[in-house]
Amino acid sequence: MTLTLYKGQAMTLFLENARIIDPEAGTITPGNVILHDGQIAALGAGSPPKGAQIMECGGACLAPGIIDWGVKVGEPGERHRESFRSIGLAAAAGGVTTLIARPDTSPAIDTPEVLEFVTRRAAEACPVRIRHMAALTKARAGREMTEIGFLLDAGAIAFTDADHVTTDTKVLARALTYARSLNALVIGHPQEPGLSRGAAATSGKFASLRGIPAVHPMAERIGLDRDLGLIEMTGARYHADQITTARSLPALERAKKNGLDVTAGVSIHHLTLNEFDVGDYRTFFKLTPPLRAEDDRLAMIEAVASGLIDVIGSFHTPADEESKRLPFEDAASGAVGVETLLPAALRLVHAGQLDLPQLFRALSLNPARRLGLPQGRMAEGAPADLVLFNPDTPHVLDRFTLRSKSKNTPFDGARMEGKVMATFVAGRQVYGKAD
Amino acid sequence: MFRARHLLGIEHLSPQEIVTVLDLADRYVDLNRRTVKQSDALAGLTQINMFFENSTRTQASFELAGKRLGADVMNMSVAQSSVKKGETLIDTAMTLNAMHPDLLVVRHGSSGAVNLLASKVNCAVLNAGDGRHEHPTQALLDALTIRRAKGRIQRLSIAICGDIAHSRVARSNLILLGKMENRIRLIAPPTLMPAGVGEFGCELFDDMRKGLEGADVVMMLRLQKERMDGGFIPSEREYYHRYGLDAEKLSHAKPDAIVMHPGPMNRGVEIDGDLADDINRSVIQEQVEMGVAVRMACMDLLARNLRADRGMKAAGVMA
Repeated sequence: MTLTLYKGQAMTLFLENARIIDPEAGTITPGNVILHDGQIAALGAGSPPKGAQIMECGGACLAPGIIDWGVKVGEPGERHRESFRSIGLAAAAGGVTTLIARPDTSPAIDTPEVLEFVTRRAAEACPVRIRHMAALTKARAGREMTEIGFLLDAGAIAFTDADHVTTDTKVLARALTYARSLNALVIGHPQEPGLSRGAAATSGKFASLRGIPAVHPMAERIGLDRDLGLIEMTGARYHADQITTARSLPALERAKKNGLDVTAGVSIHHLTLNEFDVGDYRTFFKLTPPLRAEDDRLAMIEAVASGLIDVIGSFHTPADEESKRLPFEDAASGAVGVETLLPAALRLVHAGQLDLPQLFRALSLNPARRLGLPQGRMAEGAPADLVLFNPDTPHVLDRFTLRSKSKNTPFDGARMEGKVMATFVAGRQVYGKAD
Repeated sequence: MFRARHLLGIEHLSPQEIVTVLDLADRYVDLNRRTVKQSDALAGLTQINMFFENSTRTQASFELAGKRLGADVMNMSVAQSSVKKGETLIDTAMTLNAMHPDLLVVRHGSSGAVNLLASKVNCAVLNAGDGRHEHPTQALLDALTIRRAKGRIQRLSIAICGDIAHSRVARSNLILLGKMENRIRLIAPPTLMPAGVGEFGCELFDDMRKGLEGADVVMMLRLQKERMDGGFIPSEREYYHRYGLDAEKLSHAKPDAIVMHPGPMNRGVEIDGDLADDINRSVIQEQVEMGVAVRMACMDLLARNLRADRGMKAAGVMA
């Protein structure tokens, strides 16, 4: 497949014979779609309008483009790991139309100046939409809050210290209170750092056998309980970046029932892999939080199906070979994922655990709603950010074919089903065959 | 029968392979007791000892084992050298590999580091201890000591006692003794008992006297203060009171139970000094002796496989 960019072309596109996935209505309907002027102009239309370019979809699935919440880009500071250009190409190839970038760069995105810099760089280089989260505290150090107001004005979409937990509860309480007054969304990383310090695996038989320092899954629950207590106290809007253990779910459910403004996400890796995948110290499976037990994985899938967990993301974390070719304890944590997010997520569909509309509710609709973006919907007038894919195409993943600068995927050599055929951003094709 | 290419852990050995090592080691024990302790099993081969963690006993044991078998032995004290200059483990391994060693003996502070190294070099790698993962030659020498003292290495009741959480010796022993179908009892304060260890098919005790009830073998472990990052026990004197082996606690085990310790010992912390020196109960000195013989056996077997492997490759080139 070749990548074709129709920059600046205001054209009409007629997508013929697609299976249209509507995550809002929960339906899959065969039909045609007209894209015009960057928007979905008509759904289910019979014939192409005059002058429209026609694309025959051959019964492939058409869904709202994925909004990947929590992606790390290496700019500024680690451009050799990932640039805005490479992440954009990877996203387009993965059916991701909006990237929500993390602020755990070097330096952190904690001032309006840095935010303006990355926004400008992204606009120059990235073929898909990208929005930036800003740090909640200066240098993500957990001591002083950032200029939340200025950062909002400069376009920050949410506030987070990524995987740094603000241990000083008073600092976090003040930041939440201040964020509340500006209606800013704060993202937490539920984890009790006192318990998880130095851990590289989930405690249990496997970690003990391998002799890897491990953390009990309760560390996540304790972190979540604290954060939820502070949300009840301050009334701030809160999103837990990753919920990965069954023990956290009752607390989350209770908070939602009590009317707290709380949502939660989970990484695709915690939905498709478990602790045993680490095998003989395979560092590409070292993640934060670490991979969990199979029971936890199944509980997370159920929580996504029921809507208790709102969002699935890739938590794309590029790491170069050097930082992974180390003993397990010393190796860098994290995996790349934007390009494998959809095929990996389709495993859940093929296993009968989720249906396609449920999947795209978690991949597209819910993150858009939570972040206040107009995307994520399959409706007339909505932005024409779409992904066209065949859910059944089998392929074996070769990590060196990934467009990301870093190749640290846990799916290297894995058999996957489902391939992106084309990606559209604002009605323009950013990936796929030129015809 | 011994097929392994590397000795990375007991996990990869079959019971037959373990017996093969022990049988050969028995013969080397005899050799080591002679005045002329020479064999040419490793003649012409190069053995490099690479210890990323400081070690006196294990390194000396491996060095002696190699020399008695006629290998050219080199000690690299990596703990103080290039690693401190920022070289990665793999670069160090590749550098060594270019010098064409035949046997590489490695100790490293991180679990799995020796596996990683073994995947990058083309010689036989022996794990001399990696993090808190495995220490296979220690488990094999313990097995040989037990077999010589008890006449068998099956159907024994064996108590392993002390800092199990931080101990690679405990893990390797647990796997080996389990493979040989023994009854294993782990005794430790709950803070030093690793998670999920009950699923390995052993009994867990936090009361030492109950745990020692009827044991044939009592294995004590060193309290690994250097691996502890926070208070696992309130104090050494309380630990000694509750988990230190003395004559009174030992009286709960079988009257002919033997006492083992992988060394180095903290006298008065995990074991009573007099008991450690009691030649009727303690086999700690025998363990050291068996260590050299077991390491000779392991290197001999690996060298045979290495030669066979290279022979096959050479034949393949010619054919």
